[in-house]
Amino acid sequence: MSLKGKRILIAKPGLDGHDVGAKIIALALRDAGADVIYTGLRKSPDYIARVAVDEDVDAVGLSMLSGSHKEIVADTVQCLEALDAADIKIFVGGTIPTDDHAGLIAAGVCGIYTAEMTIDDVLAAIDKELAA
Amino acid sequence: MSSTTESHTDQDEPAERTPPNKPNPVTPSGIEVPVVATPDMVDFANVGEPGQYPFTRGIFENGFRGRLWTIRQYSGFGTAEESNERYRFLLDQGQTGLSVALDLPTQCGYDPIDPMARAEVGKVGVSLSNLAEVELLFDGIDVGSISTSFTINGTASISYAMYCAVADKQGVPREKLTGTIQNDILKEYVARGTWIFPVKPSMRLIADTILFSNQQTPRFNAISIAGAHVRDAGCTAVEEMGYTLANGLAYTDELIRRGGDVEKFARRLSFFFYVHMDFFEEICKFRAGRRLWAKLMKERYGVEDPKAQMFRFGVVCGGSSLIGSQPHNNIVRVGTETMAAVLGGAQSIFTCAFDEAFQIPTEHSAEIALRTQQIIAHESGIARTVDPLGGSYYVEWLTDQMEAGMMQVIDEIEQYGGVEKAVEDGWLQMKIAQRASERKRAADTGETVIVGQNYYRRDDQNEGIGEVFKLDPQATAKVVEKYERVLDTRDSAAAERSLAALEKAAADDGENLMPYLIDCCHAYATVGEMIATLKGQWGEFEEPVRL
Repeated sequence: MSLKGKRILIAKPGLDGHDVGAKIIALALRDAGADVIYTGLRKSPDYIARVAVDEDVDAVGLSMLSGSHKEIVADTVQCLEALDAADIKIFVGGTIPTDDHAGLIAAGVCGIYTAEMTIDDVLAAIDKELAA
Repeated sequence: MSSTTESHTDQDEPAERTPPNKPNPVTPSGIEVPVVATPDMVDFANVGEPGQYPFTRGIFENGFRGRLWTIRQYSGFGTAEESNERYRFLLDQGQTGLSVALDLPTQCGYDPIDPMARAEVGKVGVSLSNLAEVELLFDGIDVGSISTSFTINGTASISYAMYCAVADKQGVPREKLTGTIQNDILKEYVARGTWIFPVKPSMRLIADTILFSNQQTPRFNAISIAGAHVRDAGCTAVEEMGYTLANGLAYTDELIRRGGDVEKFARRLSFFFYVHMDFFEEICKFRAGRRLWAKLMKERYGVEDPKAQMFRFGVVCGGSSLIGSQPHNNIVRVGTETMAAVLGGAQSIFTCAFDEAFQIPTEHSAEIALRTQQIIAHESGIARTVDPLGGSYYVEWLTDQMEAGMMQVIDEIEQYGGVEKAVEDGWLQMKIAQRASERKRAADTGETVIVGQNYYRRDDQNEGIGEVFKLDPQATAKVVEKYERVLDTRDSAAAERSLAALEKAAADDGENLMPYLIDCCHAYATVGEMIATLKGQWGEFEEPVRL
């Protein structure tokens, strides 16, 4: 796996406070050798985009369980574009209904990782995206 | 935990995996269980009688014979009008208590027009930004004749103030109000995340609600100390109870500091847990927690009144034990968990709908969840005699083991410096994140068996879920429109006066804030305005981000 040295921001956008999934993935990425930054709760898409640029990350992981993923993804994509950072990849996790997956991919998300995947599968998928 | 992974290391074809054809001898809390339990393993003198200290066998001498538990389903979504309609449906179906789910902006103290709120209005519950919305929510429902539970924490004092104000408006005397606000901020810092203020003023606000409620709404539970969320976040059953009792002790200390009489306020403290799938561990969790709480009340605080020693609790059956694959299997899980809750002596039970793992329940799935409880209550006969498992060698042994484990958890926190320090430092949050990772790994490797997820999978397993509940896409716009109308039509000077009085009271640690909050509600001040006023005095919690 080539996650070693990759810089990844794990973020909790919006008001949702369920941060276990975000922390599990952050810990797993760190154990796999990535440099992980975790934002903590209640961050705006604008804040997340600015941290992503300031920290020069390769990817941003957005964890969302409150059903507001469509709005938050659209806003985050827009904020990254505004900072000339559209090359930073976005992946999402949390409670994301299957019906919404295609829309999120079309909006610019590179991967959707839900609780039923194993940690190793999530790491492998992120690894593949970042190698591409 | 024991290693049982050798028989299923083939990661390439997880769909065909089957678990070992024998039970794991170790419980999820890590207790190694004997092949057979024998009388010499139990000190029966510890057990006692039902309705008597230390209440191992329940808080009532006649168990459920006098009255069954309260069947309480969690609902509320979109607008107050939609929720009101669902409540009337559930009351018509024989439900005996209402449960209000609130949207995140209301829970975190933002009005619907706040930029932080925009994407979340009405998403995970109903938006109650001001008294007009609460009046709509209870339109046609007599708040004096129902019991209402609000799942609210950071802004619980305001929801409670709104409920008192609605009673005033309906002409219902406040002392008739029954119900619960969750109002447990300590676990929000650790697991659920709807904190607002720093720990100390938050503790004060909670103590204020409890002391006010003791006087003005004596049948209302102004706190429900909750283990549910740390459990769902990754804790074991033993840790869930240990952390929750530790939080209960912290609130008790704060209430005493603010002049409360423990013999009085302890009678209205209540608790709230998840029930997961390990049947006997869950039953014994409740028996052990009930006994340990009574002992702590008596031995630490000298509480003599049995009613103030009693550990009263409600439960949710489901939570993270429900999974998205082969979702109809969740009906069986919820049924099993409900039986554990009854055998553990729960006072109120909420059963999750089978589709709750991935969506807001539909009317159909919500009805099955309700019927599950009714079948267990009226057909199974398990509520017929008090604590039917009492005296079982295994159940009493496991109760003893779990109680000892819970006490260890409490000791560890106290050695660290107490709950408040543990959450301010992020120490407890970090421990729970590590537990969550361990639990996820155990599911990934197959050490924990989850039927339909890591074993017995099939390719088409998510089909046949049936209807999907869709939120009204106009819900946010409707909420915002109503909110703006309230701002336009209220007496602005009165609202401002009430907020100014609140600000002054917040600066004085000797004041109880509840009367001021109720005045604000009557003046149609909004949740966002009240919270902003208090933030001005107290600041905000700074989340310690530690991994």
